[in-house]
Amino acid sequence: MSAMSTAPAPVELERPDVAEDVSSDRPWLAIVWNDPINLMSYVTYVFQTVFGYGKSKAEKLMLDVHHKGRAVVANGTREEMERDVEILHSYGLWATVKRDD
Amino acid sequence: MSDVKKTRHGIRVRLEAEETALVRALMEQLIALIGDTPGDSGEGLASIGISENATKSDDPVLARLFPDAYRDDGEAAGEFRRYTEMGLRDGKREAAATVLGSLGETGSDTVLDDKQAQAWLRALNDVRLALGTRLDIGEEWYEEAARLDPRDPRTPMFAAYDWLTMLQEGLVRALW
Repeated sequence: MSAMSTAPAPVELERPDVAEDVSSDRPWLAIVWNDPINLMSYVTYVFQTVFGYGKSKAEKLMLDVHHKGRAVVANGTREEMERDVEILHSYGLWATVKRDD
Repeated sequence: MSDVKKTRHGIRVRLEAEETALVRALMEQLIALIGDTPGDSGEGLASIGISENATKSDDPVLARLFPDAYRDDGEAAGEFRRYTEMGLRDGKREAAATVLGSLGETGSDTVLDDKQAQAWLRALNDVRLALGTRLDIGEEWYEEAARLDPRDPRTPMFAAYDWLTMLQEGLVRALW
């Protein structure tokens, strides 16, 4: 999905004594998808209410969803993003969680 | 015509008698539609809000109200659903019940505090999602609706959807 970066993949250092997956430190994303039913005003209002964004930032995100089909509305740990998506579902927005790549 | 205004006492929603009846009927239908999480007994894990048998519904309306939280990872989507769907269902039912509880008996003013207004916003939106999904609403739905035969059974659904859209828009504007 993400083809934005042309940078080469980072060289992985061998650290056999570290068992945990380093990729777990990467941020996760909450994505909202466009749908023809949710009102533009309502989506903007939900972004303001759920994330505390100012009206102009919330409106820009709403327009991104509307014109580009989707927008990243938040990033953080996986748990945080799942919590955000759960709240967005409670408002009826079509939202998903995705690992940032 | 419905009328939504911000007043000193809260958000005032003025509905005519038939509009009140429509909102009531739609909220009752929404509560019936949401129902209980399929296959849950209310015992065991269900008692702490975890549903062992929650899966994405074959009904497009329920699938839209409770969408997958992961697009390309069925296992993660299932796990998310297991831990969230019961709570989401409860929340949506409670919002619809709040609307029913705050509606006047006949057409009259309803004054909503902030919490009630939030419940109205979410429940009205859920009804719009349900009707819109049943009608297979697209970006050009307005033109489709205009071409519809008045005897088509979808005509009153389009009318209800259109009216709810105006009410929802009014409510958002009043809350801003």
